[in-house]
Amino acid sequence: MKHETIAAAAPSRTAGVGVWRTNLRDYGLLASLLVIMAFFEFLTSGVLLAPVNITNLILQNSYIVIMALGMLLIIVGGNIDLSVGSIVGFVGAIAAILMVDYKMPWVPVVGLSLLLGAVIGAAQGWFVAYARIPSFIVTLGGMLIFRGLTGNILLGQFVGPFPKEFQSISSGFIPDFLSPLASTFGDMALFGASFRWTSMLIGVAGAALLLFTSARRWRREKEHTMETEPFPLFVGKNAVFAVLIVGFSYLLSSYRGLPNVLITMGVLILFYMFVTTRMTIGRRIYALGGNRLAAQLSGIRTERLIWATFVNMGLLAGLAGLIVAARLNSATPSAGNSFELDVIAACFIGGASASGGVGKVMGVVIGAFVMGVMNNGMSILGIGIYWQYVVKGLVLLAAVYVDISQKNQG
Amino acid sequence: MTAILEMRGISKSFPGVKALRNVNLAVEAGEIHAICGENGAGKSTLMKILSGVYPHGTYEGEIIYQGAERRFASISDSEHLGIIIIHQELALVPLLSIAENIFLGNEPAKMGVIDWDVAFSRTRELLARVGLKESPRALITNLGVGKQQLVEIAKALSKKVQLLILDEPTASLNETDSEALLKLLLEFKSHGITSILISHKLNELAKVADHITVLRDGSTVETINCRTEKIDEGRIIKSMVGREMSERYPPREPHVGERLFEIREWRVEHPLHAGREVIKGIDLHVNAGEVVGIAGLMGSGRTELAMSVFGRAYGRNVRGQALMQGRAIDVSSIQKAVANGLAYVTEDRKTLGLILNDDIRSNVTLANLPAIAWRGVLDDHKEATVANQYRSKLNIRSSSILQRTLTLSGGNQQKVVLSKWLFANPQVLILDEPTRGIDVGAKYEIYTIINDLAASGKGVIVISSEMPELLGICDRLYVMNEGRLVGEMPAHEASQEKIMASIMRYEGAAQ
Repeated sequence: MKHETIAAAAPSRTAGVGVWRTNLRDYGLLASLLVIMAFFEFLTSGVLLAPVNITNLILQNSYIVIMALGMLLIIVGGNIDLSVGSIVGFVGAIAAILMVDYKMPWVPVVGLSLLLGAVIGAAQGWFVAYARIPSFIVTLGGMLIFRGLTGNILLGQFVGPFPKEFQSISSGFIPDFLSPLASTFGDMALFGASFRWTSMLIGVAGAALLLFTSARRWRREKEHTMETEPFPLFVGKNAVFAVLIVGFSYLLSSYRGLPNVLITMGVLILFYMFVTTRMTIGRRIYALGGNRLAAQLSGIRTERLIWATFVNMGLLAGLAGLIVAARLNSATPSAGNSFELDVIAACFIGGASASGGVGKVMGVVIGAFVMGVMNNGMSILGIGIYWQYVVKGLVLLAAVYVDISQKNQG
Repeated sequence: MTAILEMRGISKSFPGVKALRNVNLAVEAGEIHAICGENGAGKSTLMKILSGVYPHGTYEGEIIYQGAERRFASISDSEHLGIIIIHQELALVPLLSIAENIFLGNEPAKMGVIDWDVAFSRTRELLARVGLKESPRALITNLGVGKQQLVEIAKALSKKVQLLILDEPTASLNETDSEALLKLLLEFKSHGITSILISHKLNELAKVADHITVLRDGSTVETINCRTEKIDEGRIIKSMVGREMSERYPPREPHVGERLFEIREWRVEHPLHAGREVIKGIDLHVNAGEVVGIAGLMGSGRTELAMSVFGRAYGRNVRGQALMQGRAIDVSSIQKAVANGLAYVTEDRKTLGLILNDDIRSNVTLANLPAIAWRGVLDDHKEATVANQYRSKLNIRSSSILQRTLTLSGGNQQKVVLSKWLFANPQVLILDEPTRGIDVGAKYEIYTIINDLAASGKGVIVISSEMPELLGICDRLYVMNEGRLVGEMPAHEASQEKIMASIMRYEGAAQ
């Protein structure tokens, strides 16, 4: 963006170009997700977007998205965490043993498991932040340690099954309060008797919330004469998002409604969007990753901040461990195997920079679904797992290549 | 005598700055030619052009070397013709041996297999020539700076050097090592090797130089022939610094108040070498509404002093007292220093001052996020208001507060860093080289901001290597050299000659 240095001379036009450029990546990413979805929808003759498959897609990818939120903060802060897959397995195993062997009720088990994840993150974070060992090494160690511990605890066995309530963390759907109500109004003909009205309404509310917050943001930027997006672009982008959300809610509502885990994921996505864009701690993490020395000299406690990103990651990995265990209804020694690769790939496809300081929550979520849709679509098509690796690897490389060559041009 | 090198009409600009203006340099074969000038006079830039660091086409003018015009595209082009430059920061790999370093990139090898016998025996010869009694297998990291310097010279000899350029070779050497190095240069001279010596130490130049070329503000002032003329230090100093001081500084009417900030017996050790004192007991104070300057040469310890005061951002074993309005304050971490009203604006805005990838807005508010947040949640309305205020107040030329700081010019980047610390609302600001690398117009604006700060009752400490700047904007000056204060004077009594004299007197006394 060399032209921006002289932008003061010709502000309006160049500013517009700058906005196009900076947002091109976001639109491009979203567009490629849509293209990939359309592609598989066509190849699978409509199976991909069938309500039951959409539900599966969400169940399969929720834990990847959840961990990618934590990984984003780690990567933005200039580090990496290779141990998350092993933490998933380890936390799942401990939870399973507490519930199955020690008959502990599921609620305290959930609490203890999350705490365990956070403690693991805190320990690894200490080595990275305070002992200044590169995160790659610390978490490579963690990856081996917790994978090994998982195997030792489970003695190669499956441990399960779990109480129904625990399973519903992952495989439950939000209950429907409104359907009996709706049926009395007699629009059953249009949506079918089992249409989940509560889920549909939550989806619509979500879309409305999105429109409201982005409209607020857009107005703010205009007010402060910042480079806002051109109005048509702004409207178009949000319309696409709103239609997507409502459309998917409709599809899901016509099956079993919104899965519980989708609500968990959605709340977390909103929370981390808020943290990264609106909270001081988020701002400081970006500053830390952008220039650690400058952040330090601005009075930011960089060590503590790095440590915090690892605690957060551990907590989310613990949550993912519970979700995975609940979904499989057992703990297995191989649970969470190579999840770290999908999580990290999601971040980089989503536009996070390997050198830190750059990355957005929305990008990472889309990145995770790019991986998820490809996994799912190729599985439906019966493509072998090894070819799936090849394709995913190529997509990762291509996404980052496009990203970097765009930046170099700019 | 014939000229081995002639540089004619060399001009070079960087974005916003004209570094060299029509510089001429003629070096005779077999002489020792000294180049001196203030920091920023253009010495290093000139040598970088000569050695091909700045390739042909990025500058104007021509280079005639050994009778032909040369257009170097890279360092290897100039090295090929025997032009070797030894930089102030040594370019050795610390964990490799002397022999490995000497032949790095130039290994005696067949098909990629290094012939270590040849390498070691040639290293031994080279070390003998520079008078260094060390094994070729010794690791660089175990050698002192003086010996490392000799390894660099041996490396130059290995490349069949004909024109040896030394950039401040004795700056980090002690007396004996400096002496030995100069003797070595004289010996090379007797073997017909030409040297260009860049140095601040006028007494050294007097010992060895045949000619001295003085640069000032990117132009050649004169070339003095030391064979026909007795060298007079005073004359060189005048030649180095004697520029006109016209309307380059805003008018200043100081209203100096009570003593605001003070440090006593401040001592700091080198962060890596325990026990080696970098700051050797400094007492310094600044009053409310006062602009105090710290003058000194590069490496005199000014930045180290400032950063050690600012939350021990530099050094180890920091000792001494810091007082704000007579009360002792804790400055043991950057957070505490900021909380106690200190701010330090770094000399290196790109690596230490800015998050280059972030926009103006988030850089401006970074040091004081709580002021635009409520319980950890940023108020984006307030933040944008603050950023826009500073953008217009300091006249940061940009498309909007969302412009990335990477794409701003140096002067505007500096204003962003200043904004950041102004928003943190400190009582005392330490500005380290606040106008380095920025153009005259932006400099004037920065000076005006400094004036306004002082007028609002804050204490300002300015570190600068540009003496006219200090004389133009300060009320009182300290002179620092080798970790000590060697002079203090009111600005109206000070002159560049006086400042230089304090430094020289100290260096003279040390010898």
